[in-house]
Amino acid sequence: MASILSLIIFLPLVGALFILFVPQEHVRLARKIALLATGAVLALSIYLVTQFDISQGAQIQFVEKSIWIAPFNIWYFVGVDGLSIALVFLTALLGFIAALASGGIQQRQKEYYVLYLLLMTGMTGTFLALDFFLFYIFWEVVLIPMYFLIGIWGGPRREYAAIKFFLYTLLGSVLMLVAILVMYFTSQPHSFNMLEIAQVSGQFDLRLQILLFLAFYLAFAIKVPVFPFHTWLPDAHVEAPTPISVILAGVLLKMGTYGLVRIAWPMFPQAVNYFAFSLAVLGAIGIVYGACVAMAQTDFKKMIAYSSVSHMGFVILGLASRNIAGVNGAILEMFNHGIITGGMFLLVGVLYDRAHTRELNRFGGLSGTMPVYAFFLTFCSLASLGLPGLSGFVGEFLSLAGGFGAYQWVTVVAALGLIITAVYFLYMIQRVLLGPANISGAKYPDMNITEVWSLVPLAVIIVVVGFYPNSVLQFQAAFVNTMVPMLFK
Amino acid sequence: MVNIAHLIPVFPFLAFVINIFFWQKLKEKTAWVSIAASALSCFFSLIVLQSYSAGAGSYKLGQWLSILDVPIDLGVTIDGLSVMMLLVVTIVATLIKIYSVGYMHGDPRYSRYFAYISLFTASMLGLVLADNFLVMYIFWEGVGLCSYLLIAFWFEKPAASQAGLKAFVTTRVGDTGFLLGILLLFFTTKTLNFADLSSFTITGSEGVLTAAALLIFLGAVGKSAQFPLHVWLPDAMEGPTAVSALIHAATMVAAGVYLVARCFALFAAVPLSLEVVAVIGAISAVMAASIATVNNDIKRVLAYSTVSQLGLMMLGLGVGSLAAGTFHLMTHAFFKALLFLCAGSVIHAVHTQDIWKMGGLFSKMKTTAMTFVIGTLALAGVPPLAGFWSKDEILSHAYHHNIILFAAAAVTSLLTAFYMSRLIFVVLFGKPRSDLHAHESPKTMTVPLVILSVFAIFVGFLGSPLAGYAFQKFILGEALETAMQPDYFMMGVSTAISLLGIGLAYLIYLGGFKLPQGIIRAFKPIHQLLLNKYYIDEIYDAVFVKPTIKICGFFFGFDWKIVDGVVNGVAFSVQWIAGKLKLLQTGFVQNYILVQVLGIILLIIAVLKKLWLQF
Repeated sequence: MASILSLIIFLPLVGALFILFVPQEHVRLARKIALLATGAVLALSIYLVTQFDISQGAQIQFVEKSIWIAPFNIWYFVGVDGLSIALVFLTALLGFIAALASGGIQQRQKEYYVLYLLLMTGMTGTFLALDFFLFYIFWEVVLIPMYFLIGIWGGPRREYAAIKFFLYTLLGSVLMLVAILVMYFTSQPHSFNMLEIAQVSGQFDLRLQILLFLAFYLAFAIKVPVFPFHTWLPDAHVEAPTPISVILAGVLLKMGTYGLVRIAWPMFPQAVNYFAFSLAVLGAIGIVYGACVAMAQTDFKKMIAYSSVSHMGFVILGLASRNIAGVNGAILEMFNHGIITGGMFLLVGVLYDRAHTRELNRFGGLSGTMPVYAFFLTFCSLASLGLPGLSGFVGEFLSLAGGFGAYQWVTVVAALGLIITAVYFLYMIQRVLLGPANISGAKYPDMNITEVWSLVPLAVIIVVVGFYPNSVLQFQAAFVNTMVPMLFK
Repeated sequence: MVNIAHLIPVFPFLAFVINIFFWQKLKEKTAWVSIAASALSCFFSLIVLQSYSAGAGSYKLGQWLSILDVPIDLGVTIDGLSVMMLLVVTIVATLIKIYSVGYMHGDPRYSRYFAYISLFTASMLGLVLADNFLVMYIFWEGVGLCSYLLIAFWFEKPAASQAGLKAFVTTRVGDTGFLLGILLLFFTTKTLNFADLSSFTITGSEGVLTAAALLIFLGAVGKSAQFPLHVWLPDAMEGPTAVSALIHAATMVAAGVYLVARCFALFAAVPLSLEVVAVIGAISAVMAASIATVNNDIKRVLAYSTVSQLGLMMLGLGVGSLAAGTFHLMTHAFFKALLFLCAGSVIHAVHTQDIWKMGGLFSKMKTTAMTFVIGTLALAGVPPLAGFWSKDEILSHAYHHNIILFAAAAVTSLLTAFYMSRLIFVVLFGKPRSDLHAHESPKTMTVPLVILSVFAIFVGFLGSPLAGYAFQKFILGEALETAMQPDYFMMGVSTAISLLGIGLAYLIYLGGFKLPQGIIRAFKPIHQLLLNKYYIDEIYDAVFVKPTIKICGFFFGFDWKIVDGVVNGVAFSVQWIAGKLKLLQTGFVQNYILVQVLGIILLIIAVLKKLWLQF
């Protein structure tokens, strides 16, 4: 399996090409191909995880490197290390589950699955690319299918949401492109190689470093999203179809945080130190503010969208702490949030498929009629509000611990978010599951077998990581233990 | 044989797993799975007790997590305190589960009940055994979750689901403090192990350690329903009564007291924190006891009584007596569980919780009534029942520490004797006040009552001079330096207080003693104040709940109008400018040529001017 990473990246693209040739009358075949491709990617990435050398997690493994555009020193350079391994697995898992959950897509199935698979290639590629040029291409490749997936298969305000998402992210990417080019021309010899640039970027003029950092930060902060760049997210989520929301929250947001850890932090440690306090404050604001706004929502999906803003605040706070606990927490929280919120959006979808509304106040007493659904929703909510014993807690705790080591009072404020988070999740449970049965709610059938089995793996991971955090932490341990002391003494 | 202790929580956890996955097959048998599991835990606890007496201590199982290179281990604490708690939890849990077989009979979610209560037992035992703050915190939240699930067990009732939410959120406020306390402690001392507490306290700065201790205490305040976070416990009575007995009387709510006892070295090292513990305990004790004297709901009277008694335990710890606080914790667990189960038996029979609709039940349900009286006497502190010995310990220590704290404890004792007597006089004696067809409960319910009442009578002797203060020696181990002397004076005082309270209640509720109208009128405002629970719920609603909802709504509006408004504003202004600029694109060639010509002329002028200047 010499080129396993390329397989993982491009198998979906191959699948997409096949789907293009599916005749319109066999449109069911498109879904089968998509499931096959994403299933194969999942199998490959599980194999990758088992083959990954944990003790060498700080090193790039499974490297594939060959010259691509020689005159500009552009390489096809991919590899995986302790930072990206969990995200590759996360992408593959959610990619498969969301494809499974795409059964409800009835119109223009061929186009849907082609774009979906293209999206998969873009996302995995972003996590694996180590050449800036390649990275940028994958980054942009994600944007286009996402635009169409929201804009065509979305809800009533899909076009507004899709354009907003597209332009907002594009604004960030343009800044990133400028920064990449500046770095290319500043480095001697000119290089797009991320590892090489990380070696030399510390010697750039400090003012230039700060400018470059800000450009990258803005590009990634929009994607994360960090307050106050988050307003595209609720719109995109509300309009996107269920599987796309899963991908959006589960994987796409991680591209932003991944970029911070892969590029902004290691390349400009001095700028990070310079801005660290403000970054931590923005993280804390995100946590509390996101939770507050989530509490004010009556739309189920919008509530979960704002909860993502809140949870990503923990990632930012952990990163801003610049110590091992915080960075570990941040990277773990990326993975955990993907799993938990992916599950949450699946659950919102289950309800929406039955009720055709997401208005929280119109449900009630579903615990009686849909016990399995009630179990999963309660379970995911508890994981999301950081109940110890489930995965969400570990990431949040480590982030808070790191934050506490760096900025005590900021962390105290952030901790208030824990209370509000408990309130809005339990309030949601109260409105949806508890109380007397709502008249309209009495008829919904409980979750079917596909819905149950798309959530089971997520639930298992939530419990395993909650009880045994090392199951994920071991992969990133070497990476964090090498990077943090090297950059931030 | 001590190192089988970590298996103790595993049995109930397995029962939980079995009940969750195989409930359809097991049906009614789920109850016996749970009972068998906790009986097994109980048996193992006894083995641990035996081998602990022979001398053996804590041990480690492995590493769970590491923070900044400091390993957080999964370990087991075995000392007098944890062994005592293991026994209390497993014995009470087993008895209450047996009682639940009868009490929950016919409930549509019968098996789920036993699954939850098994999970609770497992978490509670894990909490007891934890050897560091973080692992304890995990189980701490675990018991909180079970409490939430069981309070809202009858979720169709809006009051129940509301109460569950309130309980979870109120304790979460405390738990957030607890978590911050853990972090503060960690960054000051680089350890979270309970075993290291005594060695590091010498090195840490006093201010920081006080802050850490107080934050940790905030967690205890939430869990043990102490003022100002006590508001959730009375509402928690919406859950099944057996749950109230196990979780909200005997075990989980005592976890706060256990936590303070567990890190007593930390509190003892920073005297201010111990004072706070005592004061909060005293306030809770008096406040809750005074509310209990006017409440008319059989379960809520007991709930306020629990808050009050937990306050007494805190007071005992706060005045520096680890043994007195934990002794009362143990005796209270038995007689308060008994009282709740009696109340459950009564409710089971009469289907109401309003004490003024009951009355004269003694003759109709003799076993329940007899055990109810025993529980009451034990709680009221009548010698020689369990409550007498442990309460006497607290009074005695408080008296030697601070006279105001002693007065608070004494007033609490008086009120306790009064409200408990009022409760049984109104419920069990006198004439029936409404048409109730009461009957005695089934054997599965009465047998646990009888067993618990035996405990309520005799368990206090363990810490009495008659047994040579065996309990205190067991808890304190080597630390028991000064020989314990029986305080006969205090025993007399405490007996007198109890009898006074019972006598007063007798006069008012059975003796037909008429208060002059003037006194009634004079006490009317106080009566109103107590009836409204000092308006604390209303105050919280006005100060915290409503403003929070307002702030959240405001942020939402801010997000929508300002943050997103700016984004859309930028987009629209770009569109607007573009709209204006596009007018330049007229499509008329003449216009373009005109602009070109003008440009050329300008260029020529510029060039000419340059040439002119060169000359």
